[in-house]
Amino acid sequence: MSDTARSLVTIFAVLLGALTLAGGFIWVERRLLALFQERWGPNRLGPLGLFQGVADMIKIFMKEDWVPPFADKPVFVLAPMLIMVTTLASLAIIAFAPGLVVADLNIGVLFFLAMSSLGVYSVALAGWASNSKYALLGGMRAVAQMLSYEVFMGLSLMGVVMMAGSFRLTDIVAAQKSLWFCIPQLPGLAVFFIAGVAETHRSPLDLPEAENELVAGYHTEYSGMKFALFLLGEYVGMTVVSAMIVTLFFGGWAGPLLPPVVWFLVKTLFLMCLFIWLRASFPRPRYDQLMLFGWKVLLPVSLLNLAVTGAVLLVRGA
Amino acid sequence: MNERPGVFSELQARFGEAALTAQATRDGLPTFWAPAGRAAELLRYLKTEAPGPYRMLYDLTAIDERTRTRREGQPESDFTVIYHLLSFDRNEDIRIKVALKGDSPAIRTVTDLWPSANWYERELWDMFGIRVEGHPHLRRILMPATWQGHPLRKEHPARATEMPPFRLPDEKETAEQERLQFHPEEWGLKRHGADTDFMFLNLGPHHPGTHGLLRLVLQLDGEEIVDVVPDIGFHHRGAEKMGERQSWHTYIPYTDRVDYLAGSLNNLAYLLAVEKLAGIEVPDRVKTIRVMMSELFRIISHLVWYGTFAADLGAMSPVFYMFNDRERAFDVVEAICGGRMHPNWFRIGGVAQDLPEGWDRLMREFLAYLPARLKDYDGLVMRNSIFKGRTKGIGRYSLDEAIEWGVTGPGLRACGLEWDFRKKRPYSGYEWFDFEVPTAQNGDCYDRAVVRVAEMRQSLRIIEQCVRNMPAGPYKSDHPLTTPPRKERTMHDIETLIHHFLNVSWGPVIPAGEAFHGIEGAKGSNGYYLISDGNTMPYRVRIRTPSFPHIQMTPLISRGLMVSDLIAILGSIDYVLADVDR
Repeated sequence: MSDTARSLVTIFAVLLGALTLAGGFIWVERRLLALFQERWGPNRLGPLGLFQGVADMIKIFMKEDWVPPFADKPVFVLAPMLIMVTTLASLAIIAFAPGLVVADLNIGVLFFLAMSSLGVYSVALAGWASNSKYALLGGMRAVAQMLSYEVFMGLSLMGVVMMAGSFRLTDIVAAQKSLWFCIPQLPGLAVFFIAGVAETHRSPLDLPEAENELVAGYHTEYSGMKFALFLLGEYVGMTVVSAMIVTLFFGGWAGPLLPPVVWFLVKTLFLMCLFIWLRASFPRPRYDQLMLFGWKVLLPVSLLNLAVTGAVLLVRGA
Repeated sequence: MNERPGVFSELQARFGEAALTAQATRDGLPTFWAPAGRAAELLRYLKTEAPGPYRMLYDLTAIDERTRTRREGQPESDFTVIYHLLSFDRNEDIRIKVALKGDSPAIRTVTDLWPSANWYERELWDMFGIRVEGHPHLRRILMPATWQGHPLRKEHPARATEMPPFRLPDEKETAEQERLQFHPEEWGLKRHGADTDFMFLNLGPHHPGTHGLLRLVLQLDGEEIVDVVPDIGFHHRGAEKMGERQSWHTYIPYTDRVDYLAGSLNNLAYLLAVEKLAGIEVPDRVKTIRVMMSELFRIISHLVWYGTFAADLGAMSPVFYMFNDRERAFDVVEAICGGRMHPNWFRIGGVAQDLPEGWDRLMREFLAYLPARLKDYDGLVMRNSIFKGRTKGIGRYSLDEAIEWGVTGPGLRACGLEWDFRKKRPYSGYEWFDFEVPTAQNGDCYDRAVVRVAEMRQSLRIIEQCVRNMPAGPYKSDHPLTTPPRKERTMHDIETLIHHFLNVSWGPVIPAGEAFHGIEGAKGSNGYYLISDGNTMPYRVRIRTPSFPHIQMTPLISRGLMVSDLIAILGSIDYVLADVDR
């Protein structure tokens, strides 16, 4: 009984924490981007403009829940839910602090990969169900992009898994006691980070929604709450990827003085800011260039990383 | 008045004495009347055989001559079609006029000679109702397909008040909507290939990547562009027609809004043509002030291009930096002119006011501010490898293609031809300044960017020289047609008072005649061809804008590329829709 209660509390804590973080992060992103771009950003509502997010939320809730008449209604409604479900589900395996984890699965890493693969459906279905050409092109790009990046994403993590000898995230954190994996697994980190940007289709790899080309890509026809789900899904996705990078490469909750959960949050936030910095800095590659880069650069790098890690482990073990 | 009898005798030797009639014009540009039957032959000769050939069709337009009174020495004509050709070898222009008779005139097409004639001839049909025989696709271009009448004909009303009240009964609405239905065949597009069904994508008129009201109909195979058809006219405001009902003076603000990113540069092109007609020589101070403001506006226009081009390629930040820089430039413009984007500050025979106290400090601050920023942008944009990957080899055209299609400005210089009207035909005192004409070799999106970025630095150099050497003296000419005239003496002698009164109330009466002046605008060569019938209003205003031929060329350089490349190409062309549609 107390176990169940404990799980429930954890679930709500994580859910609330993550959603607040993701929602609040929209404000951070806007202010930070503004800082990068010599402007103010939202600074009028509440202290430092903090209530802007609340105002936006109210606006979005008040909007008419509209489905375009030409869309495939059930799928159109299902698509934004999917992205929320998959990203929130991947939150379940993340260990924020010792004991603060919803499900400490022994296949944690695989579960994360599985969920991020399922996330593709959301974008693809949104693009298809909208029955609009821009959305279709966006959906098409998303599928191509995410399927290719899925491959290196998985491969880039295998080095970490081999070193830790487990798919369980708490084991991986424990394995980084002496040395964070970001040092021996630097190539893996680089590939995973890039793949993470592509998976969450954040700028500069936001090809599925490339505003200047496809208006808004796969979510062109969405508005109101359903649009907000995509937006929130993207931010939760970004949080999850950042949290995964922290767990897998930066020692998870480990750190001196401060409580573990604070360390975890600080590291995650830092990585999320990196996402924003990236967004502020780079132009967007073309869709074939992105594929080419993936298959010709990232795939060999992650394979090489895998082989070298394996060889080193083998030599050490022998 | 023809300073170069060379071309005339050359043509007479070839086509016989009787074939051509020379016409004297105020701008001294060799102007000849050719009989309708022989025009095509003559143009072909000029383009292909003549020594120092006239390879570029710089402009093609018409005049409705039916109500014109002052046509001394010109052959009878109801509608005159004018071919304005440009020879790079001779650094000379030629104007060939063809007289057409009757209310439904017709002329042979020259699209077989110049592909760029296509849109110009459609405009002839649209605006004047001149049928162009043999034209591959003679449809309206600027006006809606359902428009009644041809706007630049003199009988067509110029104001809404001259027309009956607008009504939209149901049947008309239905008819209009039906007319908007998309039929690929009408656009010359194919529905099916050998083994594919094509997708048609309507890009615009409202689309974040088109920078204004431009519609492009894409025929796609996946994301690959099989064909593109630009549809223009959404931004058409009748700038040329308005010229015919505004006084010479009150037309100046309209010019600001043609290339609305380049403010003063438009004023300059228009006023240089007016001053040619009126025979006004402006003081050196005026010339220098005009050059300074024009170069500042060139920078302003290029900054907008720079930022939006980067944004088109998905870079989010540059546009904010560049718009901030532009704000700084506007602060200077505002201090000097009062206005910002549309300063409307140049006047016939001068500028509106003298430079305000402290202008040089502001200008120097800006001169000190921008170079460091431009250097930052080199790293942020030009040297970025993703940016290079997106722009190098994309949207490429050769020098020959550029000339065929009427490309001027940075787009031409990116193909390796060092052709800048400021250098080749200095106007408004550009010969006094020391600056270089940047060029590049490949004619792709990247090289067009390289040229523009280098041009900003050259413009800074010119402005710096203006600040250093600003001549003293009056800011208006003494010429009686200067508008508004110099005020100082109005209360002291009756002559000045009368001129002041007339020029301010009716506006100046510009002597009858024709004059063209083309300048190196921000986007290419911008020129005004003005015809005066000795009245307070122009008889005809023709605005030759660079964006029109540039947009016409997009299909040529976009086929076989991806949608993303098309956006890069559009960004690299640097057009303004008001400049396309006028």
